[in-house]
Amino acid sequence: MTDLPTTPLTAGPVLGSTDPFAPRKDPFLTLPPTAARALTLIGVVGTIVSTLMSWTYTSDFPGDLTVYGYPGGLQVLTLIAAILTGLLALGQFGVKGLRWTVPNRSANPVMILAVGTFATTWYTVLAIAVELGGLANLDPGGFVAAVASLILLVGTFALPLDRHPLEDHDAEYFELGNLGNLGIIRLGYRALREARLRHSTMPVPSPRGLPTAAQYLVIVVVAAAALKVLTYGLATGYTELFVGYLITVGFALWALSAAGLTRQFSQITTDHRPFAVTIGAIAAIAYPFAQNNEHWANLGVNILIFGTVALGLNIVVGLTGLLDLGYVAFLGVGAYAAALVSGSPYSIWSGTQFPFWAAALVGMGASLVFGVLIGAPTLRLRGDYLAIVTLGFGEIFRIAVNNLDGVSGPKVTNGPNGIAQIPDLSIFGYNLGDPHTVGSITLGRFANYYLLMLVITMIVVLVFTRAADSRIGRSWIAIREDETAATAMGINGFRVKLVAFALGASLAGLAGTVSAHVTYSVVPNPYQFSGSAPPNSAFLLAAVVLGGMGTVSGPVIGAALLYLVPEKLAFLQRYELLAFGITLVLIMRFRPEGLIPNRRRQLEFHEDEIPDTADAVPQQRPADGTGDVTAAGQAGA
Amino acid sequence: MTTTTTSTVPTAPAGAGEPLLQARGVIMRFGGLTAVRDVDLTVNAGEIVGLIGPNGAGKTTFFNCLTGLYVPTEGSVSYRGRILPPKPHLVTKAGIARTFQNIRLFSNMTVLENVMVGRHTRTREGLLSALIRGPRYHKAEARSRERAMELLEFTGLAAKAEHLARNLPYGEQRKLEIARALASEPGLLLLDEPTAGMNPQETRATEELVFAIRDQGIAVLVIEHDMRFIFNLSDRVAVLVQGQKLIEGTSEVVQSDERVIAAYLGEPIDTAPAAEATPPEAQAGTTDGTTAGTATGTADAGPDNALTADNALTADDTPTDGDADTPDDTADPDAGPSGQENDR
Repeated sequence: MTDLPTTPLTAGPVLGSTDPFAPRKDPFLTLPPTAARALTLIGVVGTIVSTLMSWTYTSDFPGDLTVYGYPGGLQVLTLIAAILTGLLALGQFGVKGLRWTVPNRSANPVMILAVGTFATTWYTVLAIAVELGGLANLDPGGFVAAVASLILLVGTFALPLDRHPLEDHDAEYFELGNLGNLGIIRLGYRALREARLRHSTMPVPSPRGLPTAAQYLVIVVVAAAALKVLTYGLATGYTELFVGYLITVGFALWALSAAGLTRQFSQITTDHRPFAVTIGAIAAIAYPFAQNNEHWANLGVNILIFGTVALGLNIVVGLTGLLDLGYVAFLGVGAYAAALVSGSPYSIWSGTQFPFWAAALVGMGASLVFGVLIGAPTLRLRGDYLAIVTLGFGEIFRIAVNNLDGVSGPKVTNGPNGIAQIPDLSIFGYNLGDPHTVGSITLGRFANYYLLMLVITMIVVLVFTRAADSRIGRSWIAIREDETAATAMGINGFRVKLVAFALGASLAGLAGTVSAHVTYSVVPNPYQFSGSAPPNSAFLLAAVVLGGMGTVSGPVIGAALLYLVPEKLAFLQRYELLAFGITLVLIMRFRPEGLIPNRRRQLEFHEDEIPDTADAVPQQRPADGTGDVTAAGQAGA
Repeated sequence: MTTTTTSTVPTAPAGAGEPLLQARGVIMRFGGLTAVRDVDLTVNAGEIVGLIGPNGAGKTTFFNCLTGLYVPTEGSVSYRGRILPPKPHLVTKAGIARTFQNIRLFSNMTVLENVMVGRHTRTREGLLSALIRGPRYHKAEARSRERAMELLEFTGLAAKAEHLARNLPYGEQRKLEIARALASEPGLLLLDEPTAGMNPQETRATEELVFAIRDQGIAVLVIEHDMRFIFNLSDRVAVLVQGQKLIEGTSEVVQSDERVIAAYLGEPIDTAPAAEATPPEAQAGTTDGTTAGTATGTADAGPDNALTADNALTADDTPTDGDADTPDDTADPDAGPSGQENDR
């Protein structure tokens, strides 16, 4: 496994430099400190005010930005980003009552959020100009917003930012290869390296000083906010809004982690794990109620299916380290098995209609059998060979299903036509196809399936976590780390790998049974190695790698992103796979551990800091949550 | 050819117990290269046996044959009277644990988890019981954890139980490998160069650790290049040269044996040993110019000069005292690369 891009490693002790690890506070632009702060606040206020103005004359631009006094569409995003920037800025400047917003006292999060505000605003303004044909379509409000956010950006650039130490002047950059001989490129590269922010190692006060009730409250508030943000993102109606949403949320999350808030929050959730899990589950259940719209519920189901399958793949790839490129076939096996016993008129057993639990068992069982059949001969192979063979088996499944149509082979699957008209599930006499009213809210078909799928996802999460933290899970990880050493420790490599493979397969099969009913029909086409829409094996693998191998939330988040982005960004279409390729390369280069790093890696990253700060800040944190900085300083010293 | 080699067993000094591990006539060929030829070795219960030899002598290959990583071309290895199956995990289960020459920890697992993996063969909880998590599972897991912590206390790593294995300093990684091997509750522990790259203090600590392990009733077979370490430690020492066992006996016997010294210092080989890969010895010889020069006497000692190896090893000239210590200096730098090849 590759190393994290940890600061001490990359900063490297360059020969001759005075103190290579000395933290550096250096603005990008040199301005008097008070001027920088003033500019920042002026920018924030200006941006907030601008969102209350009209940005364009016509309502042709989606979201209706023409109204004075009431922000709409993208203006809301700008407004929220600006307010957050203001809060963080005030917290960083030391305003009492807001200090908790920047626990590590760094100016970096303010700057990052300012960049986010700037990007969202300018994206909006430029999108208006481009789509409506010229700057003439901008109202004064648009210009105010552009200028104000630029001022904000300049102001935060002049704040004392925590950055990597200066590079030595004689430093040689072997990674540039022959390009390193060119002076300009070398200088530019050095400037880039020196511009890098450095905040991940800054000490953060422990949140344990908060009263327990407050910690619970924090979890609830964060879960509610996350639910709100997610539903907003899922329900964005047009491309521009979704792009703006991605920009804002991306920078906001980055800023929160740069401020150290993410670390504090993860500390709280680890301390109160059962409560955090319960709240998370409640938030997930609340989704169809909060976003009572069939289209978005459908999106939710598909994301859950995709995420659940990715989680199953995570057992194989993330825990056991077996590269499986044909995993989607198991989803297909489950879906086909469920379709055959669903009572569909196109099924060869059109009369038989199993109850859901039986159909789910059939789907799981079929996938399990296929998993063992494919795994038994292939798992004796290692590394690349296994990848190639699984890739082959994945394609064999699709082609075989295509040909089992009664012409090229026995009639089982109807070939490319698939099995259509799969009836809706009925659980305890509760037909998932019909809308049902809970309280004052009517849950439609997809909302019903969403809730069913949520139960299955929770089961899979439970299976994953319990399996990972057990004797068998440890042997999986041991095999991933070093198979020779693992067998020398008495682990029967083949058997343990086969268990992982079969478990992963049957979880995918379970998800497949629901997916068959949600989509009304199963056809062979989606179950291929790669395509432009999920699920396919390449996307599943990408979801696991992007999200973070070996984690629970990583693949789910990765799956959500990979599902939403093609869905929402229609304009990408032809370039989608190219964009994914580039994204994956960048992720592998700059964040190889994925969006959600594994606990083990976090341990590696923070083991020196967290205990220290925890000891140093016993009870110094005031109850109202205003962070105490001196404690952090002592801990860092 | 093995006329000079001490025959099967009983040069062992103290009758430490019944034979635990018996390797008989182990031959390992890789294509045309015979890495281990006809080696017999017995380890008795409660004994520490050292295995030395110049680089490329086939020590690690022999180890791999013992632990099932390689299947010997010929010969048999038995443990407590039963022939060992040629699968590493079954060998471990039978009661032989090992460490590796180049450290092979599970680097992204914590120290505690590493040791708990070592408990694998002594626990039985499968996937189902992990999912159901009944009381028996919890009991077994707690027991495993407790036992692993005991071993960490024993090796002095308890304070670092929650650290990632990769973040341990080198010496502690070696200790962790030993702790992990001990977790499988072995009757025999095979250590492959446990002190490679250690400073003198760490080496002494390892020595004490090995004695402590022996005192628990676990026999130890150890490969090492550090002569002082091995001669202090071992009840018996076997010398492997070019895949054959040259001699086996107590430290004193081996230390004073001329052929051992010659083998280490590098006797020039006159009858062109084309088939044999002997560069490390050749290097060792050249780096230690003077002694090699004195030992140039080529003697056709044996009645059987069929094997080039024997010729090379039976030297007439006796190098001066104290030279016995130099070999490990010359040999050590080569330890790394050759070892990695061996460990596959």
